[in-house]
Amino acid sequence: MSEASEVRERLSPSRLRGRDVLRVGAAGLRARPARVFLSALGIAIGIATMVGVIGISSSSREDLLRQLDRLGTNLLTVEAGQTLFGGETRLPTGSLDMVRRIAPVTTAAATGSVDATVRRTGLISENVTGGIAVRAADGELLTTLEGEMRSGTWLNAATGRYPAVVLGSVAAERLGVTGPGVQVWIGGRWFTVVGTLGALPLAPEIERSALIGFEAAARYLGFDGHPTTIYERSADTAVEAVRDVLPRTVNPENPEEVNVSQPSDALVAKAAAAGAFTNLMLGLGAVALLVGGVGVANTMVISVLERRKEIGLRRSLGATRGQVRTQFLAESLLLSMLGGAAGAVLGALATFGYATSKDWPAVVPSWAFGGAVGATLVIGTVAGLYPAMRAARLPPTEALSTT
Amino acid sequence: MNVVELAGVTKVYAGEVAALRGVDLEIRAGELIAIVGPSGSGKSTLLHMIGTLDRPTAGTIRIAGHDVGRLSDRELSALRSRHLGFVFQQFHLAAGVSALDNVADGLLYSGPGLRERRERAAAALERVGLGHRLGHRPGRLSGGEQQRVAVARAVVGEPPLLLADEPTGNLDTAAGAEVLDVLSGLHASGTTIAVITHDNEVAGWAPRRVRVRDGLIVADGTPRPRRTPSGAGVGDGLIVADDHVEDAGEVTR
Repeated sequence: MSEASEVRERLSPSRLRGRDVLRVGAAGLRARPARVFLSALGIAIGIATMVGVIGISSSSREDLLRQLDRLGTNLLTVEAGQTLFGGETRLPTGSLDMVRRIAPVTTAAATGSVDATVRRTGLISENVTGGIAVRAADGELLTTLEGEMRSGTWLNAATGRYPAVVLGSVAAERLGVTGPGVQVWIGGRWFTVVGTLGALPLAPEIERSALIGFEAAARYLGFDGHPTTIYERSADTAVEAVRDVLPRTVNPENPEEVNVSQPSDALVAKAAAAGAFTNLMLGLGAVALLVGGVGVANTMVISVLERRKEIGLRRSLGATRGQVRTQFLAESLLLSMLGGAAGAVLGALATFGYATSKDWPAVVPSWAFGGAVGATLVIGTVAGLYPAMRAARLPPTEALSTT
Repeated sequence: MNVVELAGVTKVYAGEVAALRGVDLEIRAGELIAIVGPSGSGKSTLLHMIGTLDRPTAGTIRIAGHDVGRLSDRELSALRSRHLGFVFQQFHLAAGVSALDNVADGLLYSGPGLRERRERAAAALERVGLGHRLGHRPGRLSGGEQQRVAVARAVVGEPPLLLADEPTGNLDTAAGAEVLDVLSGLHASGTTIAVITHDNEVAGWAPRRVRVRDGLIVADGTPRPRRTPSGAGVGDGLIVADDHVEDAGEVTR
């Protein structure tokens, strides 16, 4: 009876090929399309949120950086600071000429605060200034700020001597002035608007100003001729060097009373600040993703319960526990990858749509896509692990006997 | 040579009476055997034992010479994929998949690639008379056809032993006869087949009948000595088993 000689056969199960793993994983999904759609949707929403948030903030930053490129970072402003004891100071009247004499400086201009308000008529209360400052402006200001006229002309040697005014873009809007020829009430007399300025992202204070010539300011409004702010541009490579010598040049007696700043710093800071908001939104996306993962786990647990017979059949066909586990893990991974891919596409579309509406360049960094793939792989594995182990542990007889 | 050898096999489920109480059974290569008994007799447990789907509480089981008790779960899986084919009462076909791919899945865990699996599946379907139904999904096949697809899936790997659990239980008489015809054909070409049934008519169709009751084999024999297709000796087939032959009258007629 003993056929010991027969029992030399090695019993080792054959490996399931990669393609077959995909096939059995996908077969489980194909059988229940509605459920697959809904649980993949959870993952898709999470991934779309994260990709969209990263994409939109990257696009916004890209826009700021391009703006910075366009505006240049070589503009410095010099302002009168405070004395050691907190008193107001003024820049010397000759300071603008001194700045112009610094070798790398290509262009410089000054504005001076004038103690007056601008209104549409004298009938409006003096307290209603609309936040508009009146400044005396140097003829070179437009060149130095690289600004453009929205309408009319800039102050010239002639108009700078007479009651003529150029309005910044915001000031014009607040006064309801659309073009030259209108008269406005400044410091007790009529001034004629000769032009309005376009946007000046590096000098928002000029956007909120009514600008008149130095001579006119002195003649009609009692301006003392001391500049309050000096704008200068120099060669890009010399910005730091110029920055160092500016205080001593402008006010040799009290260099510490002079503030020098770089307006482009504000844009750089803005670009950096885009990240703070992003982190919060990314957190929200991560929560959505987590909920999506729970949905996938839930779907997989139910799937295992429903498919006990299939599991029993596969065991009877010779599937090992490991192969059953692999099948359900593959199914869970496919499910979450499906959601992840859909989410990445949705997120990219959202970025594109939002960026287009804002006139930004649409940018989704490739690491965002990489991260999305990684996140879905992790979620698919974690969500599928427990159901897959349950499926593998199911005794074949129990699986087959449930009717 | 014996495909199946059971010696003193006992199975006790937790908190229940013994489903099997010391069963000895041998199945030779090329036999067609019916295991008959009422529900609760332990015949399904016996099938699970022979099919290596479960392990006995006591006793030894040898399938194709392998001592099942000494094999790991992985080795048992390999044993099932090479030596055993199963047919179940409820077909267990995948609904959204063609007959061809259902049968091809019978080879999924044996190693061949998809193309070879499909080729062999087509041949197996041809063998059960469904060569014209390859692309049909189970829902568009009759019950008899579905069970024939399941038979094709069980034999596509050409296992030496085919186990059928109430293969006609869900079918009407005509469809049941179809399936039995297919099994007869497979038997004629050399496959060893064990059919579990409570149906005396089905039992009467098999040359050897083993009657199970209350976890024991109460009768084992053939109505008449006959030469098995594989050429087993005349005397070998006729074993009217031992002492407790209460139902022998029913069996041996």
